[in-house]
Amino acid sequence: MAEPQEKKDIKIYFDNASTTKVDDRVYKEILPYFNKFFGNPSSMHSFGEDASPAVEAARKSCAELTGAQADEVYFTSCGTESNNMALWGIARAYKEKGNHIITSAIEHYSILNPLKEMQKEGFEVTVLPVDKSGFVNPEDVKKALKSTTVLVSIMHANNEIGTIQNIKEISKSVKESGTLMHSDGMATAGIIPVDVNDLGLDSFSFSAQQMYGPKGAAALYLKKGVKIRPLLLGGTQERGRRAGTENVPAIVGFGKACAIADKEMDYNYKYVKSLRDKLAAGIKKSIEDVKYNGDAEQRLPGNAHFSFEYIEGESIILLLNSKGIAAASGSSCASHALKSSHVLLAIKLSPATANGSILFSLGKYNTETEVDYTLEVLPQIVSKLREMSPLCSRKDQALTG
Amino acid sequence: MVTYNEKVMQHFMSPHNVGEIKDADGVGEVGNPVCGDMMTFYIKVKDNKLEDVKFKTFGCGAAIAVSSMVSDIAKGKTLEEALKITNKDVADELGGLPKNKMHCSNLGADALHSAIKDYMKKKKEK
Repeated sequence: MAEPQEKKDIKIYFDNASTTKVDDRVYKEILPYFNKFFGNPSSMHSFGEDASPAVEAARKSCAELTGAQADEVYFTSCGTESNNMALWGIARAYKEKGNHIITSAIEHYSILNPLKEMQKEGFEVTVLPVDKSGFVNPEDVKKALKSTTVLVSIMHANNEIGTIQNIKEISKSVKESGTLMHSDGMATAGIIPVDVNDLGLDSFSFSAQQMYGPKGAAALYLKKGVKIRPLLLGGTQERGRRAGTENVPAIVGFGKACAIADKEMDYNYKYVKSLRDKLAAGIKKSIEDVKYNGDAEQRLPGNAHFSFEYIEGESIILLLNSKGIAAASGSSCASHALKSSHVLLAIKLSPATANGSILFSLGKYNTETEVDYTLEVLPQIVSKLREMSPLCSRKDQALTG
Repeated sequence: MVTYNEKVMQHFMSPHNVGEIKDADGVGEVGNPVCGDMMTFYIKVKDNKLEDVKFKTFGCGAAIAVSSMVSDIAKGKTLEEALKITNKDVADELGGLPKNKMHCSNLGADALHSAIKDYMKKKKEK
């Protein structure tokens, strides 16, 4: 078999759901804020005066991307902080109203784990199931609402299987019941259109590092009038709702990333989706016994999530990596906790099938050549592992026997 | 992501003795696809020695490397010697495995031992 080129020649990044490369324009924008405009925005001198407007300009860009007002955007250090802040902060502020929170089984750990902790403190949490495509049924949300419900938290799109929820429909009944609605938008902001008002949200979290911005900057949108108790206490930064000196370079980069995303979203969406569609069609055509997870239509443009039967995800990742391709797996073996992804179990994949899953998440820097190359090497990798798999020979026996 | 040493990667990338033995004298299987690892070992015995050892494995990098190493160590050994191969021997020969992958090394020797026991049981029945 002719060996494709070695890893050293090829480096393909198909893990954009985990983080994205920083856009060069963002990178250039950030640099002066390390050593030229390095002041603390809270300072009353010229150095502070250099930094402070940059933070406010970034706030405006973040607001414009999401349809918010600038003074409804609060900067945090990461998406996890934004989600924690929304859950703890809102639930505590509305404690007199009740202690019940509704969420879904496929949320990110930065939602599920704080909720577990909150249960220990007396909050009651309802975790709603999803269907096989990963959708929360808006009717389920409606039925789960009760007089003590203070917050509903449903992610905008799932980072793993790419399913985009019907947030607008869900938030309608939430709003009618007088309850607040949060959504984790880490996978969507900057990638697909987001309008917090149109979606009917009271709270929305998003981060720079999934939209070609830097790590270390994220935001929480909080609708005007929504009360919140701060997580971090200290100075009066972020209007007293999030203490701590602002990470000015990262925030400046976040603002630039939002501005670029706002302007170039249509083009990027179409471009990335066309690459993804080519990859997905190619995989389905060239490999047998493969399941394309998530929803066919309502899905993130760069998301291609597959389960390859009879083989295990970490092995696939390692062999892809040896060919220079970076992807991710929801396999139990690939996780430190040695557990299959909760998202894949929630869409009712069998643990064995979940263990053979691979996420290719494409972004604006990927090319058609990279997709073609992947379609060339992936079938070889899958068949190499299947030749080794006892499950595969069993299946052949079942077919011929 | 877990990082494997060079030796583990060599065995993972080009595993030795992959396959089935159609007329195997003993077959042993451990694990299941639910927990993520499953190994089947096939042995051919001649004059109380392991004349041939082959395996098929569903699993992560460590599971495949372990299977390959177990088959290498076992080939040519007497049944008694092969039964003495410990999980630690396998992990040591591989130059160590990441902590959360040590359970994979357990499966390898177990699968081999189970194939040998299958052979012994069949022999008794004859």
